[in-house]
Amino acid sequence: MFCDRCGEDAAQGDHAACAAARELEPPRFCPQCRRRMKVQVVPTGWTASCVEHGTRTS
Amino acid sequence: MPEILDRARAQVLSTGRGLDEAAILEVLKTPDEDLPELLQLAHDVRMKWCGPEVEVEGIVSLKTGGCPEDCHFCSQSGLFASPVRSVWLDIPSLVEAARQTAATGATEFCIVAAVRGPDKRLMDQMREGVKAIKAAVDIQVAASLGMLTQEQVDELVEMGVHRYNHNLETCRSFFPNVVTTHSWEERWGTLKMVRDSGMEVCCGGILGLGETIEQRAEFAAQLAELDPHEVPMNFLNPRPGTPLGDQPVVEGKDALRAIAAFRLAMPKTILRYAGGREITLGDLGTRDGLLGGINAVIVGNYLTTLGRPATDDLALLEDLKMPVKALSATL
Ligand code: SF4
Ligand SMILES: [Zn+2]
Ligand SMILES: [Zn+2]
Repeated sequence: MFCDRCGEDAAQGDHAACAAARELEPPRFCPQCRRRMKVQVVPTGWTASCVEHGTRTS
Repeated sequence: MPEILDRARAQVLSTGRGLDEAAILEVLKTPDEDLPELLQLAHDVRMKWCGPEVEVEGIVSLKTGGCPEDCHFCSQSGLFASPVRSVWLDIPSLVEAARQTAATGATEFCIVAAVRGPDKRLMDQMREGVKAIKAAVDIQVAASLGMLTQEQVDELVEMGVHRYNHNLETCRSFFPNVVTTHSWEERWGTLKMVRDSGMEVCCGGILGLGETIEQRAEFAAQLAELDPHEVPMNFLNPRPGTPLGDQPVVEGKDALRAIAAFRLAMPKTILRYAGGREITLGDLGTRDGLLGGINAVIVGNYLTTLGRPATDDLALLEDLKMPVKALSATL
């Protein structure tokens, strides 16, 4: 599993700052394959798509 | 009370004439203990020259990422190792975003694209998108598409875009430290064309890019010279992968001093909270700014980052007894 903010291994290092930042950011990396996702932010939400692992929404 | 606040009260509050650069700098140097008084004065100026209403706006990114420019704060530049990927919003989603924005009571919906300036594809999308929004939603449409040609200015007017955003971002003397792929003067040129077209000019910038407070004063004075209808104030939210990714965020009190100083420089403009306020000011500071010169907000999410829920801001406005500006009042 990868950190969906910084794309690094979620099990290694400290991602507390990433988790805090994610309160005000959509995810950028696919947690399964760490590809950069296509992310669309709209006024009331976001969608993030990985070409391999599908789409997540807020 | 510090002498500068006395002078500002006599000049700005009484006559509606904004402070000059030297006086703005003095205001930016207001000591902490006098900050409440400064904010009160800025609030009095806003109430006298703008009234209690707050203009509410939503924004959406029509084309995200992959921009050829190198604005050092921007996660949408294609020149940095930012995780933001290029993506286009389809027209039905654009209309839906406008609908959701209008549902908050907002009167403004700004369509933004991460480009140096529009190409034919973008102008075609705009034409189709603005038409679809106007057919379905009661809201005024604004746009922010970078630098324009005269033909593009004319086209936007013809589409019914009533306000155009193009930020100078920072003062003229600091701009080359932040952007190297185009000049401050090129941005100024677009703003002049927009002004002459009859569209309302929306022009602000970002504080916390590394500018000195002297340069903050310079920026406020240059904006006052432009005399925009609206000034959006952003505070840097350092973005991973950008050259300013490790820049410290503006301190809350400095942000409030800047809000008040911008209000005293431009007593009659719409001074809008834009990006970064959640991080720089938090909930309490957001309230202080609305009682210190701010009279407009962007509600909901930004272009690549998220805001606090629109309902929180609307509840705050209600609490402050500041009515949301109605559409009839702006048409
Ligand atoms: S022109 Fe706009 S989108 Fe492009 S890098 Fe500069 S701020 Fe970002
Ligand atoms: Zn992380
Ligand atoms: Zn994936």
